[in-house]
Amino acid sequence: MKTEKDKNNSRREFLIASTAITGGIVLSTFLNPFKSIAEAKSADSTKDTIKLNDKNVSLAKDAEKWWGFGFDIEKCIGCGTCAKACKEENNVPKEPFFFRTWIEQYTEKNDGTLKVQSPNGGIDGQTQAVPSEDIFKSYFVPKTCNHCSKSPCVQVCPVGATFVSPDGVVLVDEKYCIGCGYCVQACPYGCRYIHPEKEIADKCTLCYHRINKGLQPTCVEVCPTGARTHGNLRDKKSDLVKFLKEHNCHVLKPHLNTGSKLFYNGLSEEVR
Amino acid sequence: MGNFDQLYQALTKVDGFIYPNELELRWSVLITLYPYITGLVAGAFILASLNRVFNVKALKPTYEISLLAAFAFLCVATMPLISHLGQPQRFYEIMMTPHLTSAMAIFGFVYLWYLMAVLLLEIWFDYRVDFVIWSREKKGLLKLVYKILTLGVMDTSPKSVRTDNKLGYIITVIGIPSAFLLHGYVGFIFGSVKANPWWSSVLMPIIFLFSAMVSGIALVLFLYMIITYIRKQKLDMLCLDTIGKLLFYILILDFTLESLDQIHRIYEAGESFDIISLLMSKLFFSLTIMQVLMGTFIPLAILGFFQFHKPKEKIRKAAYFIISILVLVGIFFMRWNVVIGGQLFSKSFLGFTTYKIGLIGREGLIMSIVWIIVPFIILTFLLWFLPPWKKAHIEDK
Amino acid sequence: MPKQLTRLIIVFLIFISLFLVVRHFLVPESFYKFGHYRADALKDNEDHQVKYIDAAMCSACHTDIDSLKVSGPHKNINCQTCHGPGYLHVEDPSKNVLIKPTERAFCGKCHSLNAARACNIIKQQDIAQHNIDNKCVECHNPHQPQP
Ligand code: HEC
Ligand code: HEC
Ligand code: HEC
Ligand code: HEC
Repeated sequence: MKTEKDKNNSRREFLIASTAITGGIVLSTFLNPFKSIAEAKSADSTKDTIKLNDKNVSLAKDAEKWWGFGFDIEKCIGCGTCAKACKEENNVPKEPFFFRTWIEQYTEKNDGTLKVQSPNGGIDGQTQAVPSEDIFKSYFVPKTCNHCSKSPCVQVCPVGATFVSPDGVVLVDEKYCIGCGYCVQACPYGCRYIHPEKEIADKCTLCYHRINKGLQPTCVEVCPTGARTHGNLRDKKSDLVKFLKEHNCHVLKPHLNTGSKLFYNGLSEEVR
Repeated sequence: MGNFDQLYQALTKVDGFIYPNELELRWSVLITLYPYITGLVAGAFILASLNRVFNVKALKPTYEISLLAAFAFLCVATMPLISHLGQPQRFYEIMMTPHLTSAMAIFGFVYLWYLMAVLLLEIWFDYRVDFVIWSREKKGLLKLVYKILTLGVMDTSPKSVRTDNKLGYIITVIGIPSAFLLHGYVGFIFGSVKANPWWSSVLMPIIFLFSAMVSGIALVLFLYMIITYIRKQKLDMLCLDTIGKLLFYILILDFTLESLDQIHRIYEAGESFDIISLLMSKLFFSLTIMQVLMGTFIPLAILGFFQFHKPKEKIRKAAYFIISILVLVGIFFMRWNVVIGGQLFSKSFLGFTTYKIGLIGREGLIMSIVWIIVPFIILTFLLWFLPPWKKAHIEDK
Repeated sequence: MPKQLTRLIIVFLIFISLFLVVRHFLVPESFYKFGHYRADALKDNEDHQVKYIDAAMCSACHTDIDSLKVSGPHKNINCQTCHGPGYLHVEDPSKNVLIKPTERAFCGKCHSLNAARACNIIKQQDIAQHNIDNKCVECHNPHQPQP
């Protein structure tokens, strides 16, 4: 039979042991933030790239890639093929209120008013609703995620489920998103929606699965007139850099200072 | 697809142009409840602190009620937020990997700080001696629970009570800025969204704070009258009048701030002005009628009248009761106008979507009524478990 | 120090260490690797299925159509722009037949008259007027539409 003292002893041992385990874990948690520094150091030696799951993903600042989009409003014919193909490629719900990319038709009328429309995101084609004698000017504006470098949506994500990837693409972590919708509120361009089945935020990924395999994003691939360009802003010879050089480009809502990387040629001041 | 019926219907009611993704209002009535309930907490607590820190004796009968009400509502404060998430089971991530630039992530910590370091501590210091006494009187499980709650501090000497009071006082002093922080922070969650001109305003946290105080005071007024009625006790008229006066002043402040915000917006008339003036006419019922007329003007008029002339007690009692309800409803519509109103117009400033509250479902009416009722159930339990009227009065010695 | 305070401090320390222990197990491994997010999410995003395949693959089998198309005005249009995603079709062409959009509205999506379409970018026809009795493809070969 154990004596009272023995009992006390074993209890004390248990206490000491559990405190030690807890303390160890707590300590290692404190050290955790420094782990990334240590790892980054060792990565430096392997020429700015870290091996991540057998794929070379480049590090942020000095990465060779910094993706962006260039849309040419003068070339867009509003056929909606991009929006349709995007939905097919990325399993976007077919309902007319979930889009990763869509096309708006702006019509400035002679009386100074503005008519904007985007029936089903333009997927079924667009028909001009304004009689031609009333039209002052009309044009299509394709829209998608601006892949902002100072993203308001990334800023407000409470858990870090959306982020700017090292190569400048704003992505959503499907397995980590809690679906709070704060990013939907914060996006000034209305590019995000909550996926009705997955219950998480969803948005354009610049076809991250394609551009990393050397393909073009789906919308760029299927565009019949080449109104969409995508490319690497750090590569002086890329399509996008050439596009920016040859055209006078603007971004949407520049006063919000979002660091948008979606550049428009022929953007009218009316477009928002 | 049946579950999209409502959205297809909304699609036919779109006014002007909206971005296609904007059709569905992401933050619905549950998110309206979240600042509302948090506001009640902050307001009730600030009232309790006034009593303690500034030693407003007339408010004494409401001290414990406001503390317990604050606690009851705080327990529920995050529930509307969590239950509205797409992935509620991942909620813990906000605490595990808080994104420091996100107002919502920091709110988790502000909330915890307020709950653990302020409210619970204040209640504990206030009730510790009673825990000891009750743990001696009661039997069985209840005895054990009270005993655990004493944390082993069984001293009931006047000296220990004095220590309790002193420490409790310090906590209250810390608590006031914390309560300000808690609700100012909720305002910041909206005020910091630069994409939305209806929300994006530096005044937002302050407006939220003062409307929180207004609603909290009204809540305590309401609860005090109800509880006293149920216990068949006599209402302390001095206390009621003092609360009424306080409510009057803070309501004026709140109304001034909100008007200032709107006047500034109208005078500046920036790019979003046109859409916002249209929005205000769309919100005629909830803004003009419910928030401004019922929730502000009528209470202000009655309370203002009472400052000059005091009618008979019976009339005053009835008036205070009605005012407390009017203000509570009015502030709810203030939150409604912020949260729902802010999503009705498109960020393209070219049109409006619509919102119709559903009855069932995760974001439906029933769910929100549940989250309004639960705090009252918790409060009833707390009043049974920690009855303020059975407290020992050792501190008087 | 008063006894109340020491007790509370102990309770708080227990709470905080519990929190840290829990946190240790719940933070995903690749979090913080590149920034405030799960580095593995990059891989997750990369792993999606490519459905719109490289159009050069179509030409490998449909050489006749391809050589017809490159001589016509539709030369810059991807086959899948009209035929839809081809990832299943290339694996088993007989089982996964692609759509052949022959209705007039289909050509109209690009060619119908619209003030917003620049004439130098695309030739337009009033669909309600231009040879309304026939399908477009009866006169225009979609792969070489020049009449
Ligand atoms: C492996 C060789 C192969 C490749 C690659 C291929 N096809 Fe085919 N395709 C076929 C064959 C074989 C048929 C005839 C199948 C049948 O009629 O049963 C066919 C039929 C078709 C048809 C006509 C279907 C019909 O109903 O008559 C279309 C349209 C078509 N292919 C489009 C494409 C496109 C677009 C691509 C590129 C994405 C492509 N094909 C790539 C082999 C191929
Ligand atoms: C402008 C849209 C368009 C493009 C681009 C296009 N097709 Fe077609 N294609 C059609 C239409 C429309 C038909 C149906 C013709 C018919 O039924 O008369 C068709 C029919 C076909 C058929 C069925 C056999 C036939 O000749 O009728 C094949 C195979 C085919 N296309 C392959 C291709 C391939 C390969 C490409 C890319 C090199 C391509 N198409 C590009 C519109 C297009
Ligand atoms: C996805 C958009 C798209 C679709 C769908 C499409 N086309 Fe075209 N089409 C074009 C483009 C782009 C051109 C080349 C630009 C131009 O008109 O010069 C063109 C050129 C033409 C031309 C030559 C005009 C000329 O004289 O230069 C004809 C004819 C034509 N298409 C007919 C058709 C027919 C018939 C269909 C339906 C089977 C069709 N197109 C479907 C985009 C499309
Ligand atoms: C009855 C045969 C026929 C049908 C059906 C037909 N076209 Fe044509 N299309 C012609 C002929 C012939 C021309 C050249 C003469 C002209 O410009 O009218 C032509 C010219 C065109 C052009 C070039 C116009 C230009 O300015 O060079 C386009 C684009 C075109 N058609 C599109 C269509 C579309 C789209 C449809 C289906 C909605 C269609 N066509 C149906 C016979 C036809």
